[in-house]
Amino acid sequence: MASYCSLLYAGVFLPAVVLCYAVTPQRHRGKVLLAASYLFFWLVSGKLVVFLLASAFSLHHFGLWLAAVQEERGRLLAAADKPERKAIKAAFQRRLRRILLFALLLHIGTLLTLKYAAFFSANLNRALEAFRLPFALPVPAFVLPIGISFYTLQAASYLIDVYRGTVQADRNPGRLMLFLGFFPQIMEGPICRYGQTAQALWEGRPFTWHDLTFGMQRILFGMMKKIVIADRLNILIKGVFSNPAAYDGGITALAMVCYTCQLYMEFSGTMDVVIGSAEIFGVRLPENFRQPFFSKSIAEFWMRWHITLGTWFKDYIFYPLSMSGPLKKLTGAARRRLGNHFGPLLAGSAALLAVWLCNGLWHGAGWQYIFFGLYHFALILCGSLTEPLARRVAGALHIDRSAAPYRVFRILRTGLLVCVGELFFRAEGLRAGLSMFRRMVTGFTLRPFTNGAFLELGMDGHDFFIVAVAVLIVLAVGVLRERGVPLREALGRQHIAVRWSVYYAAILFVVIFGAYGVGYVPVDPIYAAF
Amino acid sequence: MQPGVDYASCRDLIDGRYLDSLTILALVAELEEEFDVTIPTVEIVPANFNSAEAMWAMIERLQEES
Repeated sequence: MASYCSLLYAGVFLPAVVLCYAVTPQRHRGKVLLAASYLFFWLVSGKLVVFLLASAFSLHHFGLWLAAVQEERGRLLAAADKPERKAIKAAFQRRLRRILLFALLLHIGTLLTLKYAAFFSANLNRALEAFRLPFALPVPAFVLPIGISFYTLQAASYLIDVYRGTVQADRNPGRLMLFLGFFPQIMEGPICRYGQTAQALWEGRPFTWHDLTFGMQRILFGMMKKIVIADRLNILIKGVFSNPAAYDGGITALAMVCYTCQLYMEFSGTMDVVIGSAEIFGVRLPENFRQPFFSKSIAEFWMRWHITLGTWFKDYIFYPLSMSGPLKKLTGAARRRLGNHFGPLLAGSAALLAVWLCNGLWHGAGWQYIFFGLYHFALILCGSLTEPLARRVAGALHIDRSAAPYRVFRILRTGLLVCVGELFFRAEGLRAGLSMFRRMVTGFTLRPFTNGAFLELGMDGHDFFIVAVAVLIVLAVGVLRERGVPLREALGRQHIAVRWSVYYAAILFVVIFGAYGVGYVPVDPIYAAF
Repeated sequence: MQPGVDYASCRDLIDGRYLDSLTILALVAELEEEFDVTIPTVEIVPANFNSAEAMWAMIERLQEES
């Protein structure tokens, strides 16, 4: 059950859980989801389930500890005179902060150790070697529990929210365990907040025909993206990226675009399956994508792509850093000197740099991921710095920035910049990424497309045609969503014959045109590896 | 600030993505200076910044609390 789009998940595990859920009295349905979630994790990760259990146990314990200290503070404040209150508040603030730091160190420290110790040791050894120092650290090879990067962020958000007082510490360990380990989201997110899903998951929602059909609709659409598009493109992408020196600029550019398409289809397709699975149980998970390829800038792209990761970084890193004492002072001083645009930008860019370093590293322990983060930081900063100039130039040249041609230009430009970022993201190391980028820029020709060389990469004309049709379907759905058309509701209102014709057509499309069986290698869940 | 947006009457400044995070930083600095309040990080939520009215309500609340 390595993927949510596998037959074992969608055809066996999920239906079995749905059946158990439907026949269980409502008050016990949360327990069904809890048992299913930890069984799922055990099936996928075996004994590594202890990491998830330990994380849930510690989360429960630290939440209650924070709550106990907050209660004590409340009691003392109620009994204290006004002059004493400030000192009590400050003393308790320090105590709460220490507990939070300890808890975060445990959770994030585990993630850092398992995920980055080898990268850190290998790089340190390289540096020691360069200085001819006779030391070397052992390079550990830890096995990462699947989804650790996702559930650790959920755990951290719960702890910070309890510390801030925006959620109450949960006394029910079962509810907390389910919030942390809910099986559809444990491998690839979306990264949920306690206030968004914990109660809805635990209380057990009524099982309805509407939720069942809508959830299945969404799962089917996600499967189409993954099996028809992402898996079909896999052979070409694997071939080019594993031996980039063998291909010229044109083929490299083709592989770059195909990989960007694959990444989107795989990740957003999996999110459709995940959100659809939760919808069957009556639970609404937060959306992770909002038609990202309609973005007019990189900043907007990241508000539409992996939304829950972006908002996590914004709420728990960007704002706390940029609103911290020193940066607040810097913002105030810079505003007075540089004005309301460049002033906050100066202070904000320091916090932005931290966010993008974390974002890059979150995706993996490798220099290409750090480069990926810094690349987006630089693009967002450039976009903000040049925005006033762009407005002035557009005004001077009488260019209507809201007109369709200019919007299309901005969308295409953003798409190209995203593709370049993904080239580095997928490349097998930073050096390979730089060499592929150089080849693409200096050696780009259309020859592979005119002499048919692009059809010798494992995909023939038939494959490209199927991918193109499926991408057009996704694009059409995206355009309708952008225009605010409630497509699923509109389909749900159709006559039963129309509705089921569409469903059968979609099922047949996936079954007939899906890339599975002999000659195909399905793409592994890309984000599960992070 | 984006041209063409009526910031005085708009009710979905955050949800409608009319204010980005850097603009919010500028706004927070301006509000803190103008009304002599400290806006903590926990207050930076869409509900407090979706409209001018919501921002005013937050400022009044913070002034009362301090």
